Formats: sequence, C-alpha cells, structure tokens
Amino acid sequence: MEKKRWNKTAKNNAVTYGIVVLFWVAMTLWDQSGNLSSLMRGLLVPVCIYAIMAVSLNLTVGILGELSLGHAGFMCVGAFASAFFTNLMKETIPFTPLRFALAILIAALFAAIFGVIIGIPVLRLQGDYLAIVTLAFGEIIKNFVNILYVGKDSRGLHFSIKDTLSLGLEDEGVVLVKGPQGITGTSRDATFTIGIILLLISLFIILRLIQSRDGRAIKAIRDNQIAAESIGINITKYKLMAFTVSAALAGVAGALYAHNLSSLTATSQNFGYNMSIMILVYVVLGGIGSIRGSMIAAAVLTVLPELLRGLNDYRMLIYAVILIVAMLLNWAPAALAFREKYSLKRLLGRNKTKEAE
Amino acid sequence: MSFLSYLINGISLGSVYAIIALGYTMVYGIAKMLNFAHGDVIMIGAYVMLTAMTSLMAPTIPALLLAVVACTVLGVVIERVAYRPLRNASSPLAVLITAIGVSYLLQNIALLVFGANTKSFPSVVQLPALSLAGGKLVISSLTLVTILACIVIMIGLTLFIKKTKAGQAMLAVSEDKGAAQLMGINVNGTIALTFAIGSALAAIAGVLLCSAYPSLTPYTGSMPGIKAFVAAVFGGIGSIPGAMIGGILLGVIEIFGRAYISSQMADAIVFAVLIVVLLVKPAGLLGKKIQEKV
Repeated sequence: MEKKRWNKTAKNNAVTYGIVVLFWVAMTLWDQSGNLSSLMRGLLVPVCIYAIMAVSLNLTVGILGELSLGHAGFMCVGAFASAFFTNLMKETIPFTPLRFALAILIAALFAAIFGVIIGIPVLRLQGDYLAIVTLAFGEIIKNFVNILYVGKDSRGLHFSIKDTLSLGLEDEGVVLVKGPQGITGTSRDATFTIGIILLLISLFIILRLIQSRDGRAIKAIRDNQIAAESIGINITKYKLMAFTVSAALAGVAGALYAHNLSSLTATSQNFGYNMSIMILVYVVLGGIGSIRGSMIAAAVLTVLPELLRGLNDYRMLIYAVILIVAMLLNWAPAALAFREKYSLKRLLGRNKTKEAE
Repeated sequence: MSFLSYLINGISLGSVYAIIALGYTMVYGIAKMLNFAHGDVIMIGAYVMLTAMTSLMAPTIPALLLAVVACTVLGVVIERVAYRPLRNASSPLAVLITAIGVSYLLQNIALLVFGANTKSFPSVVQLPALSLAGGKLVISSLTLVTILACIVIMIGLTLFIKKTKAGQAMLAVSEDKGAAQLMGINVNGTIALTFAIGSALAAIAGVLLCSAYPSLTPYTGSMPGIKAFVAAVFGGIGSIPGAMIGGILLGVIEIFGRAYISSQMADAIVFAVLIVVLLVKPAGLLGKKIQEKV
C-alpha cells in the first residue's frame, strides 16, 4: 500500500516535469522551423515567469492555506536585487552565464531575507488580516523602490532616498538605481531555456517540499492549526519555511523578469497588488493546492489573451467572472451538495485536485 | 498656520475614511468577512453621481440620492449573489477570494462603461469658504460639510443600533449568529441590511472623496478602500466609534506624512501604521480581544 502510493506520487511528479519538458521541446522545434511569430516568441519567457510565480504562490495559498497578496513585492525585490547585481558586476564578471546564475541566486537570497523579515510578524496573523498585511508590505516595497537611489564611484556605493544629487557621487560615478526611473541598461540575459530550467528547479523544490515530512506538517497546520500544535508541530517554523521558500521563488521569477527587459521600473502594473491578484487568479483557476494546475493556468492565461487580441478589453472582466464562479462552484456548500448528489457514481477514483479544475 | 490647515485637511480626509471604514467595520463585525469590493462600491457611487449630474443634469441632492440608492442595491446584490452562498464554506479563503473577484469585476465593468480616462468631478458643495484669523486660515465649505457629514452619520448610526430593533438584531448577529437565529432573528435579512447601510455610506463617501480629489478613474476606490480598512482595524474592527477615531487619525497621519516626510511614501506610512497596530494591539484601539476556543 505504502509503496503503491509512492509510485503514484512519483508518476504524478513525472507527468508535471514531462509537461514542462514537452512544452520546451515543442516551442524550440516550432521556433527553429521559423513559424513562431515574434509575438509568441516574446511570450515564452513571461510564461516561465508567471508559471514560477503561480507555483510559488500556490505553496502559500494552497499548501500553507494563507492568502498572501504581496507576492509581487517579493518579485520586485528579486528583480531589483538581481538587476542591481548584474549592472554592478558588468565589468567584474564578463562571463554572462556565471553572472546571471549569481544574479538569480542573489535574487532568491534577497527575496528569502524579505520573506523572513516580513514573515515573522505577518505569520502571527491569520486569514483576512494576513492578506491585508501582506498587501501592505507589497505596496511598501514598491513605494520604497521608487524613492531609492543608488550610485557607485571609486569610494564605493552610495545610497539616498531623496534624489541623484544627494548621492554625492564623484565625477566619474554612475547612478545605478534612479528612483522612479528604476534600473536601466540591464543586459537581457533571460532566455526561454533558462526560464524552463528555473521553472523545473522551482517545481522540484516545491514538490520535494510538499511531499516531504515538512510538507505534511505544513498541510497539517493548514487543515487545523490547533490540532497540529497539539501534536507538537512547530507552527512558526513550518509557516515561515513555506512562506520563505515561496518568497525566494518569487524572487527568482523577478530575476527572470528583470533580465527579460532592458529597463526595470516598479509600477503598480508590474509589482503592485494588481499583479499579486493576477497571480492569485492563476492559482485559483489552476486549482488551489494543485501545483501542476497553477502552472498550466499561468501558461494558458498568459498566452491566450495575446492570441485573442479582440478580447483584450474584456480579458480582465472575464478573469473576474471566472474567479467568482470558480470560487462559488468549488466552495459554496450548496454547490458542493449539488455536485455530490449528481456525481455519486463517479465519486470513486476522483481526487480533490481534479475537482478543482 | 500651515500646520493647522494640514490638520484640518487631515481631519477632512479622515472623515471620508471614517465613513468608508464604518461600512467595513459593520460588515466585518456581522458577516465576519473582509469585503474587498467595498472600495469599488465607492467608485461606482461616484460614477453614478457624476453621470447623474452631467448627463441627466440632476441637481446635487437628487443626484446624491440616486448614487446612494444605486450603491445600496449594488451592495445587497453582491451580498446575495457572491457572498451568501459561501457563508458556510469550509475555507475562510473562499469568500475572501470571491470578494477580490467582485472588486476586480466592478473595476472592469466601470472600465468598459465609463472608459479608462480620468474624469473630473464637479464640485458638489457651492458655499463660500470659511475664513479665519484674517484670511490666514481658509477652510473650504467642502471640508466643513465632510466633517459634519461624518459626525451626523456617526450619531445616526449609533442611535440606529442602540434604539431600533433592527440595530439590536445586528448586535445580536455579530455576537452569535446561531443564537440570534434561535431567538427568531432573520440572520440573512440582517446581514443584507448591514450591506445595504454600508454601501449607502460608501456612496456618500465616494461623492465626498471625489469632490475633495476631483479625478475619477475605475481604480479610484481601491486605495481609499484599503486605507479605510486600515482605519477600521486601527480603531478596532466591529466598533463604530473606533472606525471614526481610526479614520480621522489615519487621515491626519497621511496628510502629515505627505506634508512633512515624503509625498511618495504617504501610502507606505499608512500601511506601516497598519502593520504596527496589528503587531502591537491586534484588536485595535477600541476593539475587544476574542480568544479563539478549541
């Protein structure tokens, strides 16, 4: 019995990784055949970015069971940390793959540090309060980045939260972070292949975490915190673990984002809570708690609106309606009772993640 | 004198937050849910008022009444369609995510109907400004009307809850839904009434807010909505005087932050207040701490 369940998990994981690899092979072949439009090619890296964002948010929302509305904030931290590093090290490390790899690690590290700093106070709260405080932190991060100025000259780094002049740079000094203008001139190192590799790594980390002893502890906290506490699970530790891993992976997505554009600014479109909510839509539509589902939902919802240009005006409206309807159908006691009544025969062999889709 | 005028501006902005926060705090106290769409009801109210005044040429008072009625209906419909089916859902996240969906929906409907362009809001209060200290301190009539409206609403709401049967029913439902039902209180009706009152107040707040800051977009409501929630938490969620105190304090903090610290960081300062309050005194200034029972 135990062995059989393990096999099922392994098979499930293999399918998840297989989808990603297949997607990579298909897109690469399509690209090499020369039929891939430039619009689609431009979407390949964003698909990876949003897929990583969605799977990492699903760790907080689906597995830990807390609603974080500040996920874009961690992406912002990762994006700025990595772009700053790349620009700072442009001459020191000329070898691009090494520099980009380090930049991604730095993005993950910084986002994880922010995850811990924010997580320690925030995770004492629950439910609505936690949601609104994560939203608040996300907005604070975005606002702070907009007033941050960093310059570099022979004496080292200079920081200011006022303007370029108050950095007090020497004549040959360079301003790296220019407040609302953000960081410009980042080399565009992000490629589709790197994005896919990062997505695979993120999936590996998350699936390993969920299917480990730690992951079961996290799910126990989600299902009943008091019961979990009473059997000796360290609530703070496991909550912080899930939250920090989720933040670090959002930072990785941020690094990918920063290196996909040559200029990086923090606006409410890309790092505001609208983005956090957009990622939440992916998670809800893919199925809360279903890692594979949120990955697919993110990919489909990134590509689909671009293909259906005519629907662009209605895109957000449709998302909103789908979000409400999906929640009502999956969670309303009346809807659940209705489904129970009319799907008794198919109840066997049906699992919860399938239902969520 | 600039200090005083900042203070008065802060109290005025805070009064708007207080009126919005009343809607949050009542709904939270009774339905135990964060109505994320409340801020967008404000925006809809302002658009209705604007349309009534510009397209229908309605005078101020009928236009305001129209906005209030529209928002009341909207609030009740939202509650009936989106929130009531999820009231007994197994996960508390379900209704919160649905509320976010409703917020998104209202914004995008407004975007399609009214367009993304910023609309300038006409002045609704055409009274002369009050000039004090030989013209050094000028208080606009709008500021006075806003503060007055806040006080009147506060007193009216307190009397309503203390003196009427429906108000007592609200208190009972917020205390214990099950017990209230056993006492013969119509729980669904009471919650719908709460949404109706909250949304009506949102319409008034929307009009006052857009008169003070006369630019209206589909996203106008979301930030003040979130800040008003901060105010409600600050004052103690579920407490009506708390919402008022929290709102005014938050308004003053925001205006002072904007004036003396940094205008770009004003929002961040408001959110920092929220974080500090929740960490130091999670029940808020006037809230009661409820111990979770096993």
